[in-house]
Amino acid sequence: MSVAAVRLEGVTKTFGEVEAVRGVDLDLRQGEVVAFLGPNGAGKTTTIDMILGLSRPTTGTAEVLGMKPREAVARGLVSAVMQTGGLLKDLTVRETVAYTASLFADTKPVEDVLGDAGISGIADRKVGKCSGGEQQRLRFAMALLPDPALLLLDEPTTGMDVEGRRNFWSAIRADAERGRTVLFATHYLEEADQYADRIVLISRGRIVADGSGAEVRALASGRMVRATVPGLDAATEARLRSLGGVDQLDVRGEQVVVHTKDSDAVARLLLTETPARDLEITSTNLEDAFLSLTGDDR
Amino acid sequence: MTTASAERTFERRVPPMGGFNLTLLRIELTRMLRNRRTIVFTLILPAALMLSFGGQSGWQERAGSGNVAAYILISMALYGAALTSAATGSMVALERAVGWSRQLRLTPLNPVAYILTKALVALCMGALAIVAVNVVGRIQGKAEMPVHVWVLAMVVTLFCTLTFAALGVFIGYVVPGENAMQILGPGLALLSFLGGLFIPLDQYATAVRDVAYWTPMYGVAEVARAPLTHELPWYAVVNAVVWFLLFIGGAAWRMSKDTARV
Repeated sequence: MSVAAVRLEGVTKTFGEVEAVRGVDLDLRQGEVVAFLGPNGAGKTTTIDMILGLSRPTTGTAEVLGMKPREAVARGLVSAVMQTGGLLKDLTVRETVAYTASLFADTKPVEDVLGDAGISGIADRKVGKCSGGEQQRLRFAMALLPDPALLLLDEPTTGMDVEGRRNFWSAIRADAERGRTVLFATHYLEEADQYADRIVLISRGRIVADGSGAEVRALASGRMVRATVPGLDAATEARLRSLGGVDQLDVRGEQVVVHTKDSDAVARLLLTETPARDLEITSTNLEDAFLSLTGDDR
Repeated sequence: MTTASAERTFERRVPPMGGFNLTLLRIELTRMLRNRRTIVFTLILPAALMLSFGGQSGWQERAGSGNVAAYILISMALYGAALTSAATGSMVALERAVGWSRQLRLTPLNPVAYILTKALVALCMGALAIVAVNVVGRIQGKAEMPVHVWVLAMVVTLFCTLTFAALGVFIGYVVPGENAMQILGPGLALLSFLGGLFIPLDQYATAVRDVAYWTPMYGVAEVARAPLTHELPWYAVVNAVVWFLLFIGGAAWRMSKDTARV
């Protein structure tokens, strides 16, 4: 069996009194594309820092490709692309890439990497004069120099247009097929759903869901039934609540919103035994799953 | 897919010397030399000061194994080199602030190799400042000292500048952003006055002189001029060593405080 790209075992991290990560177990296989989701302050960044060897777990172990994270970094096996910063304004694009390349024992040729990233034309421009998009391409070029086996991305497609986003993901998928593991943090849930093989959801320092997009959605299963019910009374409300599978029921004036695992039963009752109109049934999307699993719906 | 990744893992090497290499040094130096402010501080200001101070009346009087102009030349070279290496040192904090240090932590570059590179760049820039002042002094033709004194003073001055590289790192952390040089510039000028670089200490009032002995430029100035003057009070050596250790300690302390979020 091949060694895990990332293995976290019982990892915790505390900063003084604050428990940022409270016991995370995570195994990433080689070649997986994994979305890492969670609200701000959930422990995402702290976890990524430990995978990169930028900080050490308080307890538990973090391994990358069977080695300590720092050893993997020293061999150029791990790269990361951060969303902002990390560049020197007074270097040119080519100097930045050459500088980074000089630090690795094995790298791709600088000119090739500039070409692949589509920044050959601006190679002699100062980084400070490059647009945000050009700087992001430069960050990618730097990350891909050592041909890493594991790539960590923080909000990789922020600021890209639809076309750019599609090209980006097809390139990432192609690399994954050749064995590169990609772990990306994102706020775009549909992007996670669409492009990741696997979604890992973290909340309050713990992993609360881990699986394919469909599996994560199923964890917060059910549908939402919404209708306008003139003259809605307590008796009707009680009958709705007593139906099997109802998780939540909200009444606002004549508007009733029911979260349920059995939307048919709710719809049948509303349409046959009440004067309900404008009935809508919507399936829970990943965002609802996200909110219900992270408990951040307020 | 498995074989490809396995090959990746096992054939990968760790770079020698913690990632230190000549490309790195070359780009760092190019970067410094492209900075107009650095050039003004490094080459032009100390040389100009040298020209104006070095031509004072009494320049031809004897001082140790040379003359007063030689004494002033060494002082100005030290001033220029200190300013330059402090500026270089202050860039460490700036690089941290923009996230470059974090970026470097994602490469095999060892933090010790990074600091040594910066120290080497500070030394190179200091050397440039020293050479600039000496070349101008040579052309001016007033400074006189035996060649071995000339060379020895330059080398000693160069190593004295490491104190100020450390000071630069320290101040860079304490004063965030690009303001560090606005403190270091006037600050070093003041220290240079107190250290007797611009005006010999025996021309000061006793009270000022008593303070001056405790300031960081005094010790290194005495050490740098010792090859010429053949005078080196023990407390000047203590001063030089203690301030060096204090600044190194201060820089290391601020840097270690800052690792929470590299």
